[in-house]
Amino acid sequence: MKQLLDLAAVFGYLSLLTVGGGMAAFPELKSLTVDTYHWVTFPELMHYYSLGQLAPGPNMMMVASIGAQVAGLPGAAVVLVAFILPTGLLTFGIGRLWNRLANWPWRPSIQRGLGSVSVGLVLAGGIVLARGALTNTLTVALAVGVFALLMLTKINPAIPIVASGLVGIALYFI
Amino acid sequence: MNAHAAAPKAAKLPVAPPPTLWRLFLGFLIMGATSLGGGVIAYLRTGLVSHFRWLDDETFVELMAISQSLPGLNATNMSILSGDRLRGWPGAFLAALGMCLPGALLMTAAAFAVGIGGDDPISKAFLHAIAAGAVGLITVVLVQLGAKVLGEIADYAFVVLTAVLVAFLHVPVLIALVGVGALAIWWHRPRKGTAPKPVDPHFKDHP
Repeated sequence: MKQLLDLAAVFGYLSLLTVGGGMAAFPELKSLTVDTYHWVTFPELMHYYSLGQLAPGPNMMMVASIGAQVAGLPGAAVVLVAFILPTGLLTFGIGRLWNRLANWPWRPSIQRGLGSVSVGLVLAGGIVLARGALTNTLTVALAVGVFALLMLTKINPAIPIVASGLVGIALYFI
Repeated sequence: MNAHAAAPKAAKLPVAPPPTLWRLFLGFLIMGATSLGGGVIAYLRTGLVSHFRWLDDETFVELMAISQSLPGLNATNMSILSGDRLRGWPGAFLAALGMCLPGALLMTAAAFAVGIGGDDPISKAFLHAIAAGAVGLITVVLVQLGAKVLGEIADYAFVVLTAVLVAFLHVPVLIALVGVGALAIWWHRPRKGTAPKPVDPHFKDHP
């Protein structure tokens, strides 16, 4: 029971940090689930994150895996509700309020101010992930390759992501 | 990310009448189950604007601006906001449920599967390489997001400040978010006569 309450508190808190996308919460996700609570190891977290890239829908649904690993099905359910419900209610409320705030002079200020901070948070998340994932020349080459391919073509991101995994398997056998 | 950049400007599709709750849930369930590869927003635009015609492009871009300024996953926020526009609060609830359910079930199942075969070195090599590829994908998202929301040099300074605080000085994300956020909002505060213009050219002050 204590564990479920901890899961609810941690993922409820994490959900509030996901400004600009789930990646913004990644540094805190790592420090809480790996360093503070020891629910998963950093490689496990990265592997769940990778699986999340392959699953449909929002790729932060990978939080369900952490909940399931810690406390089975109840753990997954608690984590999902804690991660989605608080910000969901906030979005619902503000969405209805937003139109009434159309002429509020601070509205564009908030939009622009939070815009740059959210890019910074996604950047920080990318740096934390890169520290764990880019461990040698080959992994760096994969990251650069995926980046170049997605910038230069209109290919579905799923294709180079799955291809990276297959390259990883191929190199394992070499 | 660049959902509206790809939108044809001339071809304005008529908006269909709002769907029943069941059709709405089913529509979002299908989009939630088929949006592979992380670019859920692009799938949502294709589904909501082009395929089902539940929203027009203006509304879609407007809802996306709200989604991105608020905490929460973009795809979930978009589902809540468009579900609310179409069928009120039950619509918002069912849209978010349909969007998240397929991925959530799959990732829960994945945790049990990893418990069974998690130490297999081949699957480890596969997943580690995907994490590396995902770093490339995140960099693309950063470039696209940055092009849309960053205007002046000060904006870039806020980006670097936030990232350094969180990734290198290990400042808790909430403190960085509130601290730098307040600073950045104050920097862009409303001034007499000159209303700060959002960088997004599609932003409309009077929707």
